[in-house]
Amino acid sequence: MAVPKRKMSRSNTRARRSQWKTSAVHLVACSNKACRQPKPQHVACPACGQYAGRQVAQPA
Amino acid sequence: MPTPTKGPRLGGSPAHERLLLANLATALFQHGRIKTTEAKAKRLRPYAEKLISKAKVGDLHNRREIMKTIRDKDVVHKLIAEIGPFFSDRSGGYTRITKTLARKGDNAPMAIIELVQQKLVSTEAEAARKTKFAKDEKPAAAEVVDQDAEAPESATIDAADEPAEGAVEVDGEPSAEDVKAEEAAEKDKS
Repeated sequence: MAVPKRKMSRSNTRARRSQWKTSAVHLVACSNKACRQPKPQHVACPACGQYAGRQVAQPA
Repeated sequence: MPTPTKGPRLGGSPAHERLLLANLATALFQHGRIKTTEAKAKRLRPYAEKLISKAKVGDLHNRREIMKTIRDKDVVHKLIAEIGPFFSDRSGGYTRITKTLARKGDNAPMAIIELVQQKLVSTEAEAARKTKFAKDEKPAAAEVVDQDAEAPESATIDAADEPAEGAVEVDGEPSAEDVKAEEAAEKDKS
């Protein structure tokens, strides 16, 4: 079985982990003029429950 | 030969997937709108629409075909008695999927799948005008078959129409007089 020959240095570990990044969720304003809350695109608005002018869900 | 579905099954095994889809379809017809994961909703849509197509025919054979998947007799009855006739003007696209926020626990993308509640725009327009488009109008079989009988009928209809129109015109004048008379009556009262 293949095993590591050397202990991985703290520097190498940290250099690798420096690439773990998150990105901000892309949000758009709700198309409902009365609401205008930020929401993810192509998703029913969690604030007013509308999507494309249709009441889809009960607002949370 | 039927092409097998690519990719993993819902739930793990083919039997589990069959049961999952049948249960989802039952819940959809029972409630009209259900919230589930996006993957399940996307698999459910063609499955449920095929069942609705069977329900639109609604004969004994199709009822038995539906009974193979939906085991709840109340739901089968509702499907054939209510849901099928409601979609009589719609040729497919009976369900709608709308994405919603991901699930809290496992961040699974969720969606709401619902039976379309609105009637077609053309159907509503027809209902408002109380007429049909020329292409949708069914040619009456009797008129086409005996053309000899057709001619006098149409002549009588035309003849009946003309006096009716004249009567409308005649009615128009007295009605104006009536209005004047009413106004005069109101003045008398006041």
